[in-house]
Amino acid sequence: MSLTQTVAEKTAELNMVWVAVACILVFLMQAGFMFLEIGFSRQKNAGTGVAKILVNFAICTIAWWAVGYGIAEGGGNEIFGDSGFFFHFDQTVAGELVTGETAMLMLYGLAFCAVSLAIVWGTTLERIKFGAYVVYAIVFGAVIYPLVAHAVWGGGLLSDIGGKPVMDFAGSSVVHLTGAVGALAALLLLGPRRGKYDAQGRPRAIPGHSMPLVGLGVIILWIGWFGFNGGSTFETSASFFGEVMLNTQLAAAAGVIGASLAVYLKGRAVDVGMAGNGAIAGLVGITAPAGFVEYWAAPIIGLVAGVLVVFAVLAIDKKVDDPVGALSAHGLAGIWGTLAVGIFASPRLISEGAGSGLWYGIFGDESLGSAFGQLGVQGLAVLFTFAVVFAISIATFFGIKKTIGLRVPAAEEDAGLDISSHGMYGYPEAFIPQPEYSTGLPEAVARPAASAPTPPRLAPEAG
Amino acid sequence: MKKIEAFIRHEAFEPIRAELLDRGFPSLSILEAKGSGRQKGIVEHYRGSTLTVNVRPKLKLEVVVEDEDCQVVVEAILRHARTGEIGDGKIFVLPVEEAIRIRTGESGHEVLQLHDGAEASA
Repeated sequence: MSLTQTVAEKTAELNMVWVAVACILVFLMQAGFMFLEIGFSRQKNAGTGVAKILVNFAICTIAWWAVGYGIAEGGGNEIFGDSGFFFHFDQTVAGELVTGETAMLMLYGLAFCAVSLAIVWGTTLERIKFGAYVVYAIVFGAVIYPLVAHAVWGGGLLSDIGGKPVMDFAGSSVVHLTGAVGALAALLLLGPRRGKYDAQGRPRAIPGHSMPLVGLGVIILWIGWFGFNGGSTFETSASFFGEVMLNTQLAAAAGVIGASLAVYLKGRAVDVGMAGNGAIAGLVGITAPAGFVEYWAAPIIGLVAGVLVVFAVLAIDKKVDDPVGALSAHGLAGIWGTLAVGIFASPRLISEGAGSGLWYGIFGDESLGSAFGQLGVQGLAVLFTFAVVFAISIATFFGIKKTIGLRVPAAEEDAGLDISSHGMYGYPEAFIPQPEYSTGLPEAVARPAASAPTPPRLAPEAG
Repeated sequence: MKKIEAFIRHEAFEPIRAELLDRGFPSLSILEAKGSGRQKGIVEHYRGSTLTVNVRPKLKLEVVVEDEDCQVVVEAILRHARTGEIGDGKIFVLPVEEAIRIRTGESGHEVLQLHDGAEASA
C-alpha cells in the first residue's frame, strides 16, 4: 500500500473520530433539554420529563434506523431517499456500500433528529398525554425530520434552487425550526395549562420550580452545541471546526448579553430564564451561519437573536402557553439564523454555487443580485420547512387527539403528571408526609398491603 | 367572634378568596394540610413496589369574623367548594375569645376585617 493511500485512509479515520466525539456531545444535549424542561415545570411534573426524554430518544432511534435514515440520506429523488432502510451490513445506500464511516454518519444524523424531536415538547409541558409522545416520535423520526433533512442535506429540493443551494450549516431551519413548528402544531391543538390565563384572557406566570436545573440544562446544551456545529464540518482538515466553534461561542455569548440587556431595560431585572433563553437563541441563530460567516458577524447574529427572543417570548405569552419559550428560542431564532446566512455569508466560505451575503453585495464588490437571490433561497427554506412540518404535524396531532387523546383530564393536570401518568412523584418527600412512610408501626396497626383496598391512582374520587 | 376553619380543595380557594374580598373580608389565612376522610388515598408506585398514601393534600382556610358575619363566610365557602363529589372537605365554626392587632394593640371587633380607613388591595 502506498504512503498516499495510507495517509488518505488515516485522514478519513481521524475525521470519523472527530464526528464520533461531536456525536457524543450532541447526544448529551438530551440531558440539556431534560433539565431545562424540568426546571421550567412545577415540582409535580418533574419525573415525567425524565421518562419523556428516555422514551422519545429510544423510539426516535429505532424509527431513524428502520425508516428515517433511508428517507433522509438514501439518495433517491428530490423528495425522499429510497435506500438504507433497516440499516445493515453489506447494504447499498445511495449507490455506495456501507462502511463503518457510513454507520458513524448515520448515528450522527440520529443525534440531530433526536435534538429536533426534543424541541417539540417544550410547548406541551405539564398537560400532554404520555401516549402522544410515543405516536408522534415514530412519525417524526421516520418521516417529518428525514423529509426536511433530505431536502437540504440529502440532495433534495432545497439543495439546488436555480443553481443555488440553501446554506444551513448545522440546521437552524432543518433541526431547530422543524422542532419549533412541530411544537406550534402540538400547542395549537393542546391549549394552555389550567390557570395560565385569567377570566379576561390576561397571561399569568406559572413559575418553574428550579432555576438551577434550567441553568444546568442551558450549559449542557451550550457545550453540546460545539458538537452540533463543530461536528458538522464532518472532517478535520485545516482544523476548520475551530472556526466554526469560535463562531458558536461568540454568538452564544452575544445571545446572553442581548437577552439580559433587553429584559433588564424592560423590567429593571435580569430574568434568569430569559438569560438562558438568550443563550439558546444565540446558539440557534448561529447554527445555520456557523460555517459560512466571519468572526465579526457571529456576535451580531447572536445579539439580534438574544434581543429577539425576549420580545418574542413576551408577545407569544399573551396568546399561547409556551412554558419554555421553544417557539421563540428555536422557531424565531431559527428563522433569523437561516436568513442571517443570506446577510452575512462570506465569499470565502460559501458553498459552491451559492451567493454571498447581502453585506458583501452592499459594502463589498460581490454581485447584489446574487446576494438577494441567496437571501430568497434562504427564505424559501424557511417556508418549505414550515409548510411540510406543520402539515404533517398538525395532521398527526389531530389524529392523536381524535383517538387516544392529546391532553390529560383536568383532575390529572391539577394532581400533576408525575402521580397521574406515572403513578409516582418526581419529588416524593414534597408530597408524601413522613409518617406515611409507615416506619415502625406496630404489627397490629399496620394492615397487610394485600388486603388493603386499592385506592384509585388519582382524583376521580370514586366512592 | 367566630373562627371558621374549612378544609377545602386547592382549586376552590381562589373563587372563595375573591368573593370574600368583594364582601369586605380580606383577612384570611391558608395552610397546606394533609388529611384523611371518606376520600381514599393515593397509591404511589416506585420501582415495582407500591406505597399507599392515606392522606391527601387539602387546603385549610381560616377566617375570623363577627358572629353576624359568620353565615356570609360559610355560604361563600359552600358555594365555591362544593363539587358534590366525595372529598369536598368540611367547615368548622369555633368561638373566639379575643382578637388583638399587634401593630396598634387595639382589640375587639376593630381588629376584624375591613374598617373605616383600612386599605383594600386586590
